[in-house]
Amino acid sequence: MTDTARYTRADFQTDQEVRWCPGCGDYTILASVQNFLAELDVPRENHVFISGIGCSSRFPYYMNTYGMHSIHGRAPAIASGVAAANPDLHVWVITGDGDALSIGGNHLIHALRRNINITILLFNNQIYGLTKGQYSPTSEVGKRTKTSPMGSIDWPFNPVSLALGAEASFVARTIDMDRAHTAEILTAAYEHEGAAFIEIYQNCNVFNDKAFIELTGRETRDANRIYLEHGKPIVFGKEDEKGVVVGPDGAQVVDVADVGIDRIQVHDAKAPEPAVAFALSRLSVGPHGPTPLGIFRDVSRPTYERQLADQIVQAQDRQGPGDLDQLVRSLGTWTVE
Amino acid sequence: MSEETTADTRPEPEPIDNVVIRFAGDSGDGMQLAGTRFTASSALFGNDLATFPNFPAEIRAPAGTLAGVSAFQVHIADWDILTPGDSPDCLVAMNPAALKANIGDVVKGGLVIVNSDAFDERNLHKAGYETNPLEDGSLESYHLLTAPMEQLTKEAVQGTGVKGREVLRSKNFFALGLMSWMYQRPLDPVIDWIDQKFGDSPVAAANTAALKAGYNYGLTTEAFHHTYSVAPATLPAGEYTNITGNQSLAWGLVAASQASGLPLFYGSYPITPASSILEALARLRNFGVRTFQAEDEIAGIGTSVGAAFAGHLAATGTSGPGLALKSEALSLALMAELPLIVVDVQRGGPSTGLPTKVEQSDLLFAMYGRHGEAPLPVIAAATPSDAFEVAIEAARIALKYMTPVILLSDGYIANSSEPWKLPDLSRLPDLTVDYAEGPNQGESFLPYLRDPETLARPWAVPGTPGLEHRLGGLEKQDGTGNVSYDPMNHEHMTILREEKIARIADDIAPVEVFGDEDAELLVLGWGSTFGAIRAGVNRARKREAKVAHVHLRHINPFPANLGEVLARFETVLIPELNRGQLSRLIRARYLVDTISQSKVQGQPFKAAEIAMKIMQLLDGKDEQR
Ligand code: SF4
Repeated sequence: MTDTARYTRADFQTDQEVRWCPGCGDYTILASVQNFLAELDVPRENHVFISGIGCSSRFPYYMNTYGMHSIHGRAPAIASGVAAANPDLHVWVITGDGDALSIGGNHLIHALRRNINITILLFNNQIYGLTKGQYSPTSEVGKRTKTSPMGSIDWPFNPVSLALGAEASFVARTIDMDRAHTAEILTAAYEHEGAAFIEIYQNCNVFNDKAFIELTGRETRDANRIYLEHGKPIVFGKEDEKGVVVGPDGAQVVDVADVGIDRIQVHDAKAPEPAVAFALSRLSVGPHGPTPLGIFRDVSRPTYERQLADQIVQAQDRQGPGDLDQLVRSLGTWTVE
Repeated sequence: MSEETTADTRPEPEPIDNVVIRFAGDSGDGMQLAGTRFTASSALFGNDLATFPNFPAEIRAPAGTLAGVSAFQVHIADWDILTPGDSPDCLVAMNPAALKANIGDVVKGGLVIVNSDAFDERNLHKAGYETNPLEDGSLESYHLLTAPMEQLTKEAVQGTGVKGREVLRSKNFFALGLMSWMYQRPLDPVIDWIDQKFGDSPVAAANTAALKAGYNYGLTTEAFHHTYSVAPATLPAGEYTNITGNQSLAWGLVAASQASGLPLFYGSYPITPASSILEALARLRNFGVRTFQAEDEIAGIGTSVGAAFAGHLAATGTSGPGLALKSEALSLALMAELPLIVVDVQRGGPSTGLPTKVEQSDLLFAMYGRHGEAPLPVIAAATPSDAFEVAIEAARIALKYMTPVILLSDGYIANSSEPWKLPDLSRLPDLTVDYAEGPNQGESFLPYLRDPETLARPWAVPGTPGLEHRLGGLEKQDGTGNVSYDPMNHEHMTILREEKIARIADDIAPVEVFGDEDAELLVLGWGSTFGAIRAGVNRARKREAKVAHVHLRHINPFPANLGEVLARFETVLIPELNRGQLSRLIRARYLVDTISQSKVQGQPFKAAEIAMKIMQLLDGKDEQR
């Protein structure tokens, strides 16, 4: 490993021309990630970016690190192989809603449940961009696209709910436009040992413009962004006048003045059970109306690749390092004179 | 064996030079175990041997039915044998279904030993017998011996502490004891094994008691007085072990890992008949082996592609349906030019097909089952022990040429066993690789700058400072590896990838001709048909026929001298457990008018079938069996 160098964003840029549509949310996320890595002081060669297929999955070509632009949906599997083979690397998965939740759904949930040390950035734009505008597994019911001219009849996934259900140990959500918040979430995800899942609301200005306008529009954003902060009451609005209570029927938005601040849910990202986090993830569908952003869950659990490495050490302690001569004789031998 | 078993007036055992024995019963009867233990005793005794387990796909098919019959065939001899035998000389049948399913294969006059307790009306009915074959004379042409094995087992295990259903579980050991008597096998290795496996327990005591009871039943019952002995074989001097193909393949991968100095990564999803490779490797963590039981076949290869990128010796294993699922990722590995071993333990197809039976029908899929122009090296194991060497060869090619390699085995090789003369492990090939460590052109590192001889690209693993680069499935610009949609570059790269694989032909052993160089007829084979073809050719040659045999390990590319060898023979016969897939490849490549001998019954060729075909082709005469 090299000395920790002071990097600038430029150190993480490649000579490849960035080919997303002008105005695409992907540019903002790319900048956020490059800036984040530049501040990290971690040798550049220890980052590996693995992506699948889709607009977002072009990402590794623009990152001057190790990377692989792989095949549709399979990035979590390939990244799991990299991470299991070399626990010293930091492995990132760049994926989209179609890539991670449709064709690659199986790999996503299993990587999360195994708690293998990869950081998954899911760029959710609720549309298939690269194939030019078909509805995706996060598109809202009724959405009219080229493949749903009468409106989509597919019930969408809520990616945060899905990740929580898949036993993820770190689940967060942020939004492309909010670079400060994105940086904060990236930091926490990076520090998390094990699989970290971040849903990033990403605007596709060509095929699904303004999907997140309620969270980004000047008029509406304060009323609709609920920033989750560990250990603090979940309040939002210009004057923190709104809050969230969680009861047997799930999470509900209330006026703080009506219930009193003591009844407002205090956010606990470290809660061993994900029930409250799940309730919070159900607050908005679409997203319409007040929508939580931030870290839903951040708990610690042994990671796959460390346990694998530990088993190797244990086995070697117990049986000694592998001896091929002994191995081929392990089933019993006889000698012909 | 205790002393009192030898002092008597019974006739001396009849010396025979080989015998084929089939143990058959319900899949819950423990026949695989009885057969395996009989084999182990024979191996320790010094016989040459070959085995062939044949079991149903269902773990517990309805008891007593034909569908539930499980069989284990072993061929033991005092000479160097090649196959588990065409037809059993002796059948042990634990119930009517086992008798019915197997009797047709037994040689006329052969020995048939049955558990008469199982021949009640219910079992006879389940097996589809209208009358009892033990009584109706239908077995007249065989030498029939019956023993009430269940009753005798019950008596034997009394006082050992086993109860209820457990009592009859030991009846396979009774059968094994009886067969050990018939063929004069020592009991000690079995007893040692029982002690090791079951420790000091009622089950161990019951199994040992049943084993001895079976032996003693033979000793004291006049009907069983004719016994046989098979002397130790005169195999080449050396140390031997008895090994199945999946075991030796797993060990071959570990040997390749040591020979290359790279840790082994094996990503795989359980599938019959490949799972026991994953199981064998999972036990070898102390060799630094990382097994990864993936969520599906795609992740099996996906994780292995990732591990290969990270610098490991990466492999994945599967059978036909799984190879289909791996196809897309295999093309990615090809495009990314990463070393990877893909093991296909073939079984009867298509679809779920015959999961526990043998077939060689994935050959064309291995050759062409990818989108785009996507040639890959394809190699095949010929015997259980050959799988060890072939695994090392697969690793050699993968690492040297930076390419995925498909290694074909099959259900027959996977589960069959043979004595394996342990190789000199100090003479494993040197497979060490040099990862890229710095720039390869001026100041820069070009991930697709090729070795002028092998056309392999450099392997730069994540964590290496200064060599950061991106791989991917999009077409690469020659040298830089940057994404390129340039038409001429795509054609250039397509041809380069093809040429890289083609050049391997000069780096593999030329084919060797066995038999008569001046023969008219060449039998060309690949994979697990080796034993049957070699034995069939030998039989034909004993009948003065002039025949030659070439067996291919490398199928893509073909060895450089193959065309010239084929041209020397007037007739080329290609026996395959498929509908003529190698035959098509040979025709297409060499314009040779090959004759295909096809068998797709889920069973291996018999040597007699090959010999008969040879004789037919040479003089139109049928070989007498
Ligand atoms: S199609 Fe949409 S997601 Fe894709 S690059 Fe263009 S704006 Fe971005």
